[in-house]
Amino acid sequence: MTPLTIVESRAIPLALANVDTDQLIPARFMKRPRTEGYGPFLLHDLRVDPQSEASRLDDPAFAGAQILVARRNFGSGSSREAAVYALADYGFRCILAPSFGDIFASNAVKNGVLPAIISEADVETLLNDSMLRSGGLVHIDLAQQILRVGNHVVEFEIEPVWKTQLLNGWDDIDMTRSYSTAVADFVAHDAQARPWATPSL
Amino acid sequence: MSSAPRTIIDKIWDAHAIATREDGQTLLWIDRHLLHEGSFHAFDQVRRRGAKVTRPDLTFGVADHYVPTRNREAIAPDIRRMVDQLVENTTEHGIALFGLDDPRQGIVHVTVPAQGLTLPGLTIVCGDSHTSTHGAFGAYAFGIGASEVAHVMMTQTLWQKRPKRMRVRVEGALPPGSTAKDIALTFIAQVGADGARGHAIEYAGPVVRALSMEGRLTLCNLSIESGGRLGLVAPDEITFAFLRGRPFAPKGEAFARAVIDWRQLASDRDAAFDREVVIDGSEIAPVVTWGVSPEQALPISSTVPDPKLILDVSRAEAARDALTYMGLSPGMKLTDIRIDRVFIGSCTNSRIEDLRAAAAILAGRRAIVPGLVSPGSATVKKQAEEEGLDRVFRDAGLEWVDSGCSMCVGMNGDLVPAGERCASTTNRNFKGRQGQGARTHLMSPAMVAAAAITGHLTDMRPLLEGRAP
Repeated sequence: MTPLTIVESRAIPLALANVDTDQLIPARFMKRPRTEGYGPFLLHDLRVDPQSEASRLDDPAFAGAQILVARRNFGSGSSREAAVYALADYGFRCILAPSFGDIFASNAVKNGVLPAIISEADVETLLNDSMLRSGGLVHIDLAQQILRVGNHVVEFEIEPVWKTQLLNGWDDIDMTRSYSTAVADFVAHDAQARPWATPSL
Repeated sequence: MSSAPRTIIDKIWDAHAIATREDGQTLLWIDRHLLHEGSFHAFDQVRRRGAKVTRPDLTFGVADHYVPTRNREAIAPDIRRMVDQLVENTTEHGIALFGLDDPRQGIVHVTVPAQGLTLPGLTIVCGDSHTSTHGAFGAYAFGIGASEVAHVMMTQTLWQKRPKRMRVRVEGALPPGSTAKDIALTFIAQVGADGARGHAIEYAGPVVRALSMEGRLTLCNLSIESGGRLGLVAPDEITFAFLRGRPFAPKGEAFARAVIDWRQLASDRDAAFDREVVIDGSEIAPVVTWGVSPEQALPISSTVPDPKLILDVSRAEAARDALTYMGLSPGMKLTDIRIDRVFIGSCTNSRIEDLRAAAAILAGRRAIVPGLVSPGSATVKKQAEEEGLDRVFRDAGLEWVDSGCSMCVGMNGDLVPAGERCASTTNRNFKGRQGQGARTHLMSPAMVAAAAITGHLTDMRPLLEGRAP
């Protein structure tokens, strides 16, 4: 996983609440292998409407954006990691919102995407920020947990564990394998403690 | 082990904690890992690492998300590939599969519990957010993404942070006609679709205790729609009676031993919860959703909300956006909302009791809109046919089809056409969930049956008069 320390890019304002994973990637696109790239399917059914908030994904004024600002409960719903694949393949490295679906946030971190929590008031301020809305650069510093747009500075929250993981680009599997002795001990003890726990047919 | 009072959530957690790091992350043992067609991303990750599934004996595959519910002889090639891919992946790794032709095939969260694979005190994961369903047995069950699925495949463990605990106590007694679905939608409307975020929920109180296993499965299923990590009900005699004799459940002496352990799985009297929510069960009426989030739900006697009267900017805009998508006007009666079709099915409401409840309304009546009834598993289908329920649905003019996720998620091609409005027993009224431009109203199976008969959202209670529910 690529470490994430600083992100500096345009930011797309998406003034929508409850952007669920069905909207992030409609189910009909999920049969495709990841190698084909999921970016074009991000918010597909909203994005086709030129009046919609999501149409900015195709607006040249926001080309190269790696940051998305949205309202509460972003990524709620289904556990489909394809929602994060779509965001990541489009180019997003950071999503700013007042709250995230738990499974989505976890999936995001595992794909090197930062789910940064900011207050509802800060979201409204950013969504209305003229510099941000005109494609101005937004600077995000994960170590400091701040974002800057012009002279405006906003602090964000992130689970400390996820922060460390993103900063270092750590991989869970390697970490887990270093616990193989503890796992073996657990399994041996558990077989005595809960003999009924394994399926019997 | 600490002797401080603990919740059931902590008891199960502690029994599965292999190691806890300084940063608070705990490595949890996973007792059951459930896979479906969508798990191909995780199999691909495992393959890329040159690894294998470490505990195939604790891993079960079920074909449900993409399976056709009709004409299984003539499956479209892209759907066929999804089903075949699951067969190939599970075969390669020696994993038992309830595949397309298996008599146990069905929706993973319906057929797995019915097989006795879901037991109290187990940790259960699946790459599907409605894995919370299995909490009905007092299991610690939650949905995970593909990277975590791959991690469980390779290690049979997961790194997790101990969740906050929420207790939802439903007091009093449910009025006739109100169901587990109505409890869940009432709770979600009260706390919001992100209200239980970061929490594991224990459902408690006399109303929950009085629910059948089917009702508890519906209630726990919808935990994720409140943002909760999982929801569970402490096991009791109803749980044990359900499990006794199920194919994969412990047998004889082993079962007796298990029940002794399972009786310990209750929250201690003074155990602390981070949050308590109390709901008066006697106030719960049949509920329907009017918007595009499960939190946008109201009793059937209500009117469509007016966004102008909602003070919070973000919520007011969400309501306005929802009404535009749903094609509704503020102030109109919910019972004046006309529907184009109905769907009875999904991991939320497709069990035998759900089918009986819908059939009780439909018996001897005709639906005036088309609709699909997809039982939760091949075994539920068989049982329903033995009880003659299939005839009730067919005689009413509804289609009686095979089991799968079907029109809840539309992956198999069972879709609501754009602009059409569907009364649905499913779990998500998200934009486009049942098909691009489709409009979904969530409700209980009996409420869907009533809407089918009248062609508009309807209070089912008068239609139940003089009939056994």
